Amino acid sequence: MSPDTSPILRVAGVSKTYAETVAVKPLSFALPAGSVTGLLGGNGAGKTTTIGMVMGLIEPTTGTIEIFGREFLKDRYHALGRMNFESPYVDMPHRLTVRQNLTVFGRLYGVRGVADKIEELAGDLALKEFLDRPSGRLSAGQKTRVALAKALINEPELLLLDEPTASLDPDTADWVRAHLEDYRRRRNCAILLASHNMAEVERLCDRVMMLKEGSLVDDGSPAELLARYGRGNLEDVFLDVARGRGNGAAA
Amino acid sequence: MSASLEFSLARVGAMTLRYSYLLRSSMPRMLEMMYWPTVQMLTWGFLQTYLLRAPGGLAGADKTTIAAGSLIGAVLLWDILLRGQQGFSFSFLEEMWSRNIANLFMSPLRPAEFVVSMMAMSLIRLLVGMVPVTILAIWFFGFNLWALGFAFAAFFAILIFFAWSVGLFVSGLLLRYGLGAESLVWSLMFVIQPLGCVYYPVAVLPSWLQPICWALPPTYVFEGLRGVLVDHALRLDLMIYGLALDAALFAVASFAFVRLLAAARRAGTLLQTGE
Repeated sequence: MSPDTSPILRVAGVSKTYAETVAVKPLSFALPAGSVTGLLGGNGAGKTTTIGMVMGLIEPTTGTIEIFGREFLKDRYHALGRMNFESPYVDMPHRLTVRQNLTVFGRLYGVRGVADKIEELAGDLALKEFLDRPSGRLSAGQKTRVALAKALINEPELLLLDEPTASLDPDTADWVRAHLEDYRRRRNCAILLASHNMAEVERLCDRVMMLKEGSLVDDGSPAELLARYGRGNLEDVFLDVARGRGNGAAA
Repeated sequence: MSASLEFSLARVGAMTLRYSYLLRSSMPRMLEMMYWPTVQMLTWGFLQTYLLRAPGGLAGADKTTIAAGSLIGAVLLWDILLRGQQGFSFSFLEEMWSRNIANLFMSPLRPAEFVVSMMAMSLIRLLVGMVPVTILAIWFFGFNLWALGFAFAAFFAILIFFAWSVGLFVSGLLLRYGLGAESLVWSLMFVIQPLGCVYYPVAVLPSWLQPICWALPPTYVFEGLRGVLVDHALRLDLMIYGLALDAALFAVASFAFVRLLAAARRAGTLLQTGE
């Protein structure tokens, strides 16, 4: 019997318009299990809006989103227990300790043996020394690790990451990326990653979608994009796309 | 059954646990929950004492009504209404202040479970804030709210359901319009105070205003309270009307909450829960 190759996430013709402003023009893509797809673009390119629509927090103006084979907007609770997300724009209650926050989210996601799971995550993500500290008293790097623990507490099959290493020092950012790579390998999880950190996208993603002013302007593996634009790194490709020059699909 | 209609007590428990962690983490907040009801009770209690003792003061029916404890009884019930709504809304505001709304609405938590957990917290906050005040009222003024028995249970039910309806509606506005709508949490219920006839009978209001008063469930409670204290009889008809109005208003508030949540998803405000 051949393995199930149907995508975990399928986005078809999804767009978002706020009054007169078009935030995302019709966009289609699919994420197979075990893949990491990057949404790359400058400020206002539509990355966060796209992730927000896949999270179910923003209703698309047009199009459909299918997650785990079912239409998400009509049956979101079929999928929500099997996915999770991390974003620096969303926080956790500051006065609760890390352990209390993770306990609440573990219970919301129906995790069996929450206390053991928290200990496991604390070991994996080096949280043990501040598990009983209020979340509001953590450094930016510690907060990011806690947010990652919350995102992984239900062992999601679909993980949505919006700028997961924003405002982190290079060492912590590298550490977070390594952990995400490891998690993807172990769980065969599909990851949708919005970022404007080129090194991060180049390292983690096997497919990159370049967004500009709400439109998909190019799409391919990092190697394909580098070859297409004749560049040595994604940062130069990004600048070519942002400034409308080069040999890519939008040129 | 559709997954969206499933209801999990475990998830309600998780949210209640979250709020109880918060409550236990701050002794000043616990004390504040008792502080304002105590100040209110003492102020109105001493005013009641003064009105009864002042030479050339009240006479006749007014004196009978005040002497029966209508002022202090009314202020205690008013605080149940006000603190019940604020206890509900405060839990919701905590999520907005901590930028946690997106985490919750992207989790398997259903809106109905979220609402039930806020109701539970509203009751817990009332328990912490009001029980000591009702005991102080016995000690200071000899007024025992608990001695009203079944009448108190009926008054409480009508007031708390109305408090939750207002809390639910305001929470919907917060979702849609963000923290810009926060002042409604603290101020909206005060519109009810003059129209709900907390301290005086409906009959003293202009006739054109009276139908508006009777459209509000708290009016039935405060009229009922005066009936119990003065005439020693619970008007069951008032209680039934009050509860029926409550049911209708709770249905309207639930509908408004669902519509405002949908509008928030369309406007993208669930990801931007600041001001």
